[in-house]
Amino acid sequence: MKSAILLGALVLTIILLIALPWVVPYFYIFIGTEILIMGLFAASFNLVFGYTGMLSFGHAAFFGIGTYATAMLLLHLQWPLLACLAVSMGVGSLLALVIGFLSVRLNEVYFAMLTLAFGMMVFSIAHMWRSVTNGSDGIAGFTLGAFGLGIDLTLGNPAVYYHVVLAIVIVASLVLYLICRSSFGQILQAIRQNAERVSFCGLNIRHYRLAAFTISGAFAGLAGGMMAPFLRVASPEMMHWSTSAEPILMSILGGTGYFLGPFVGSALFVLLETWITSITQAWMLFLGIVLALMVVFFRRGILGTFLDWWLDKK
Amino acid sequence: MTDPILKIHNLTKRFGGNTAVSGINLQVMPRETLAIIGPNGAGKTTFYNMVSGRMRPTEGSIELNGHDITGLKPHKISRMGVSRSFQINNIFPEMTVRQNVEVALSAFHGYSRKLFNIASRNRKVQAEADELLQRLSIGELSDQRAGIISYGDKRLLEIAVVLATRPKLVLLDEPTAGMTPEETRRVTRLIRSLADSGDYTFLITEHDMGVVFDLADRILVMHRGESLVVGTVEEVKNHPEVKKAYLGENDEDDENNNDTEAAV
Repeated sequence: MKSAILLGALVLTIILLIALPWVVPYFYIFIGTEILIMGLFAASFNLVFGYTGMLSFGHAAFFGIGTYATAMLLLHLQWPLLACLAVSMGVGSLLALVIGFLSVRLNEVYFAMLTLAFGMMVFSIAHMWRSVTNGSDGIAGFTLGAFGLGIDLTLGNPAVYYHVVLAIVIVASLVLYLICRSSFGQILQAIRQNAERVSFCGLNIRHYRLAAFTISGAFAGLAGGMMAPFLRVASPEMMHWSTSAEPILMSILGGTGYFLGPFVGSALFVLLETWITSITQAWMLFLGIVLALMVVFFRRGILGTFLDWWLDKK
Repeated sequence: MTDPILKIHNLTKRFGGNTAVSGINLQVMPRETLAIIGPNGAGKTTFYNMVSGRMRPTEGSIELNGHDITGLKPHKISRMGVSRSFQINNIFPEMTVRQNVEVALSAFHGYSRKLFNIASRNRKVQAEADELLQRLSIGELSDQRAGIISYGDKRLLEIAVVLATRPKLVLLDEPTAGMTPEETRRVTRLIRSLADSGDYTFLITEHDMGVVFDLADRILVMHRGESLVVGTVEEVKNHPEVKKAYLGENDEDDENNNDTEAAV
């Protein structure tokens, strides 16, 4: 019964998301696009954090390299968008494989610090390697060509691009969700709860952590790739460590214990940011207050707290 | 004459200047149950940590079925048929009892590498988990969250997880520690039946002498990291040094202390 209600709510949400461009003011199409992209970014991060129990502080590197990949391919080669995004996924996972290989051997705070350190290095490279990345100006001035697969879309239209992002985010989330529900996903959760027991069951937990990290990097790269046509620029700021903090905050806001938590967190984060910055400059102050209250009173996040309560209820 | 399943030669572990385990030699035959006894700090758990790969020995060698496993990582040793429990309950607290066993089973069967199956629909693993939980008499708890079941049931669950990877050699670290007398009887009976099945070789550390005498074919007595004596239950019971060092018949010891030692 309850799972039917949940499924119904999910379907309704998706229908509302599809209908969004026709029912909300023009401005909110952009907000919706950002929520979806950042939601996928946060969900990819949560595979590592909420499921596997590793706090990565360097996820902006995978997100940012995805943005650069798509931006550069559009600028130099005018590839169809889908092909660009596939490359973004590839470079995201490759960078995650390299950074993960060097980081997953460490635990907890040391892992977090190491991923932060690598993230800062990647940021510096993006910032200083002017001949390739165009330094702090970033990659801009590219135009959107075809979508791919022979599908004819006017990607320059924000409403069309919103729908493209929605479709890709739904498909990507479904894949990510299936991974979370697989035996592999179950092992990741076991590693979070008791890594030692898992290794005494005969599994090399480093391999599993690295696999989770690499998969996460792929989806972060995909999210980053979709950001390029949206922002029309790939700049080093997207790789800054403060960008790495965003999926962390979103996951905690929404709840790390449920798959859709990071998406709810992304919606909350982006909407609050939009509304509060239109009133006051002190957006960070309010975010800080909200976050502090969440961590103290609703540690399971908004969605997590609600679902825990509702699923427990008779 | 069969070959020993476990052959330990001069096993030694030093932490700085402190020798926790010193020059242990031991051969364990397949399907026997060997109890390791000794006061706290005798080096029993360190000994386990070396055999199971959690710690690298300072000196000495460990052979499993003729293969040198000295210093291998835990997951490698586990893959070779060694499984262990811990003194402190070591389970997956947020998962259900059945899922705890499923994790070990999917590790063993290789499902753990499957990205796109659905874990909760893996009937083969579920059936096997249920069977194992029945065998350990906690089948009715399978849908409970593991973190909230009773202490004794958690210990049984850990044994189920330990057995799920189909080990040949099982290391149990104080399986009845902290249990009520009723729970202790239940676990003892259970280990007895597992040992009688002939599928396993058991190493058991235990403080409860009743349990030890009930289960063990042979006993290794450790004292300050050294092997004091290895022998049958009768041999150990009558060994003068054991009486002095462990069974509490030491005149120099405080009387009250002796009584409690003898009682356990």
